[in-house]
Amino acid sequence: MCVLVVVPTGAGAAPLPPVVAGCCGCHAVHGGDRALPLLAGRSASQIVAEMKAFRTGARPATVMGRIAKGFTPDEIAAIAAWYAGQR
Amino acid sequence: MREAGGTAANAKNRRQFLRNAVAAAATAAPWPLPLIAQGAPHVVIIGGGFAGASCARALRKDNAGVGVTLVERQHIYTAPPLCNGILGGLRTLADQQFGYGGIRAAGIRVVNAAATAVNPHARSVTLGSGDKLSYDRLVIAAGIELRFDAIAGYSEAVAEQLPHAWTSDGTQIMLLQRQIEAMEDGGLVAITAPANPARCPPAPYERASMIAYFLKRRKPRSKLVIIDAKDQFTMQALFQEAWNALYPGLIEWAPPSKGGDIASIDAAKKTINTDFDTYNFAVASVIPPQKAAAIAARAGVADRTGWCPVDPITFESLLQKNIHVIGDAALAGAMPKSAFAAAVEGELCASAIVALIAGKTPAGAKLLSNCYSLVGRDYAISDTGVFRPVAGQYVEVAGAGGVSPLDGPPALRAEEARFAHAWFRTATRETFG
Repeated sequence: MCVLVVVPTGAGAAPLPPVVAGCCGCHAVHGGDRALPLLAGRSASQIVAEMKAFRTGARPATVMGRIAKGFTPDEIAAIAAWYAGQR
Repeated sequence: MREAGGTAANAKNRRQFLRNAVAAAATAAPWPLPLIAQGAPHVVIIGGGFAGASCARALRKDNAGVGVTLVERQHIYTAPPLCNGILGGLRTLADQQFGYGGIRAAGIRVVNAAATAVNPHARSVTLGSGDKLSYDRLVIAAGIELRFDAIAGYSEAVAEQLPHAWTSDGTQIMLLQRQIEAMEDGGLVAITAPANPARCPPAPYERASMIAYFLKRRKPRSKLVIIDAKDQFTMQALFQEAWNALYPGLIEWAPPSKGGDIASIDAAKKTINTDFDTYNFAVASVIPPQKAAAIAARAGVADRTGWCPVDPITFESLLQKNIHVIGDAALAGAMPKSAFAAAVEGELCASAIVALIAGKTPAGAKLLSNCYSLVGRDYAISDTGVFRPVAGQYVEVAGAGGVSPLDGPPALRAEEARFAHAWFRTATRETFG
């Protein structure tokens, strides 16, 4: 289903932090594919914990292990906070 | 029959939708177009692929006060990622095609015209009709131009027989698909692979894989040769591991160190000559070397290499003020020429333009690229990179990124194949939906 979403620039729409731009390539906020996990609205602590598990290899993955290693804890926190704020 | 792209009914609906889109576009008068609010900053974007379309959308999202005009020649965009899947029978042309209705509905003025000239001093773009668009900032996202003169015996006319299938136009890939379908069993399929930099470096090998997938099932006595301009290629060990497992003995890779450089092509005799060898092919896909699209050179943003050097924070050209270059046309350090990277560059360039218009300093960012290559029906591999700007260039973040593991279990390859199709659906919905 193609859903067109125009994000308003007013209240409620936090601007996309540049560090998140790449994440949205797969983890779209709206209308992402079912096969790829939806992150919008998940709790920030859950996203941080999963990224940490990807970084250490505790959670096996296809590409996420390679990606998670490229971001600092601060950047991961910013990514997580942004997704948590999207509903 | 197909693993991706939804049901046959969906594909039919999509075809109908695209026909309607074309009909609507054909009947709509090109002028007058929606007016941009007077005094509002105006950004013109040349090229409606992943880079240009995502930049246009991000500009509208970030700041409704910026007028955006997207100039694109084609009414229908044929997305190149995974289009080699058509050759394997795993994807359809309809899966790859998108109209511009969704982008128009997002408040972006779409002009279906060719951009023929740019005047950086007057800050204007000339269209094929002779009309001019003025801009405060111009984004060139026009992709690549094939260097048809680089291989003796190849030309734009010869490409009608020996398809490159390397652009966002569905005709060429379907021509190649029909040729493979029609060839006699026992024939040789030849692919020539270009030197880098080039659009999507793994794609010639994905193409070989998808054709091999078709040949093994339908024309099992046939062979395939990749005549390469390079002595090594991206994800080489992974591709070769997969070929040995899935298509043993079917694919030969001929680098210059073995047979010499590609010397000439004879379309009438159906031969490709290297310095030391001659290949008699039944079907050939000739992928010539590339440079930035012609409009980049005309705008004065391409350097002697034929590509466009840019500032990694703003993607503004290092050669012309107020002109940004994103996507495959840009030279952005280690950033690959992939659709994924192009879309991310579009977003980042949009946020930089909004900052520049507001008189602020644009923030740099880490960029991500993740590209899948189809090797079999349930077998894909990926190349991932995280990049950050260092001293004016994108460099890979050490310790991150990389490619799929060698000796990976079948379940991992199958999961990557599922993710490849899922990424495509997500990315195209985000960009064109």
